[in-house]
Amino acid sequence: MSITVKDLTHIYSPGQPQEQVALDQISFRIEDGTFAGLIGHTGSGKSTLVQHLNGLLKPTSGTILLGDTDITKAGTASRQARLKTGLVFQYPEYQLFEETVAKDVAFGPNNLGLSPEETDARVREALQLVGLDYEELKNVSPFELSGGQKRRVAIAGVIAMKPEILILDEPTAGLNPKAHRDILDMVRGIHESTGNITLMVSHNMNDIARMCDQVLVMDHGRLLMDGSPEEVFRRGEELKEVGLALPDSMEIARQIIEGGLALEGTFLTMEETADAIAAALQAK
Amino acid sequence: MSAFIEVDDLKFDYIKQDGTSLRAVDGISFRIERGSFTAIIGQNGSGKSTLAKNINALLLPTEGRILVDGLDTADPASLWEIRRRVAMVFQNPDNQIVSSIVEDDIAFGPENLGVDPAEIRQRVRFALKDVEMEEYRRKAPHLLSGGQKQRIAIAGAVAMEPQCIVFDEPTAMLDPRGRSEVLKVIERLHDKGITTILITHFMEEAARADHVIVMNKGRLEMDGTPTEIFSRQDRLKELSLDVPAPIYLARILGERGVDLPPGIETTEELVRCLCQLQ
Repeated sequence: MSITVKDLTHIYSPGQPQEQVALDQISFRIEDGTFAGLIGHTGSGKSTLVQHLNGLLKPTSGTILLGDTDITKAGTASRQARLKTGLVFQYPEYQLFEETVAKDVAFGPNNLGLSPEETDARVREALQLVGLDYEELKNVSPFELSGGQKRRVAIAGVIAMKPEILILDEPTAGLNPKAHRDILDMVRGIHESTGNITLMVSHNMNDIARMCDQVLVMDHGRLLMDGSPEEVFRRGEELKEVGLALPDSMEIARQIIEGGLALEGTFLTMEETADAIAAALQAK
Repeated sequence: MSAFIEVDDLKFDYIKQDGTSLRAVDGISFRIERGSFTAIIGQNGSGKSTLAKNINALLLPTEGRILVDGLDTADPASLWEIRRRVAMVFQNPDNQIVSSIVEDDIAFGPENLGVDPAEIRQRVRFALKDVEMEEYRRKAPHLLSGGQKQRIAIAGAVAMEPQCIVFDEPTAMLDPRGRSEVLKVIERLHDKGITTILITHFMEEAARADHVIVMNKGRLEMDGTPTEIFSRQDRLKELSLDVPAPIYLARILGERGVDLPPGIETTEELVRCLCQLQ
């Protein structure tokens, strides 16, 4: 299911002294099956934007199409479409509350009024997608798991709703390097097995460069850039002006080029940068 | 140099709801020199935060002993003095900011210590200068960016005039600019003589310290300079950790036949070596 946002504006406290334009005439399109990234400084409007995509917030003006359905309109079709967007908040493990892992993951599907069999099937499938063993963990309290595992259970709770669009807000915040990589591999695995849109909000430029097909850059409520990682990270100076940065692999490549060694490539990963350096040195 | 913190065979157990206990720190010993900058790294659940909370007596040892500036954390008479000398800054600034105006927030700590109002005003001014937030002193904290809020939380710690600040993943929730602003402030405070302890999952942050402690399953796995620690890439990887970006790049360049001298740690060194090679 594609996302089409047109002229989306959101004003907090309109008409009040503290009136604030959080989103200012945003338009973009994300095609079905895309792995998209959303970056921007704190307060740039990222959270406000993603909360519109599952109907938690209503726009002041503008439209949001999920597939062909305008979710800003009232009505059943709109409600159904909003349920197709699964939103994983920052530190989702703080939202775990049930006595067992299985019950926690089942909470959403139960609320959809599914049969117990269907719910159970979804719980199994969701836990498998996040890389956890259903038999081993179904009766364990989620609070006894490690930080990385808790986060997986929380994500499974969203996956079990079978969203056609999965939005993750900073899924790797506060994780150690290995857990960080593991969660990203898991997200990539889910993306590949469902073939849906994944939208990842992140402050980590390395992850965005490595994972995404399309990158949206927000600044002060406006959409500053929309393009492939190559296109977006080519504009390093502008990114730095709005509080962002280049991925390490590109920042190091930039400094090497500045130091006088001509490199060619896109440098989206450290391996690409290493290949470019090796090639440049061999050519000498 | 003299030791500011001496940890001697520290063990710490959390008591779970069912009455059983979980050993989070399992017999570790080390020293932190006065005025030094120590980074603590380790995977989630390795005991880093538990250790940090033991250092300023938010938690007390189950076994073993911690001396902070010569004071035993297990001695109730020393508790307040230890917490005055060792301040903590946590991951989420929103959980640490208590007032609706920046300067009131920074004054909160010294007010609780009963500091004279004239001196509080001076401390607030100096603390705001240290974190480069002077022009925001009348602002509401909730209108600031993440990096600015974290700097306010740091100023609140600085206003207590501690000798040591423990930073527990202070940049985990920040955008790139916020991270670099906060790191700059941490380094400045260290330069001013504050004993600095930084818990982090970012290896390039740990590389800036002069001493790195690696925790694993409640034990002390490594203890050395960044050069010593980050030369052990394979072991770090086994511990779910990593090395800073330039060190990683130097290694995979070696795999590609690029002949670099050993011991490259920073981007500057790497760039210099590569540009000399050509």
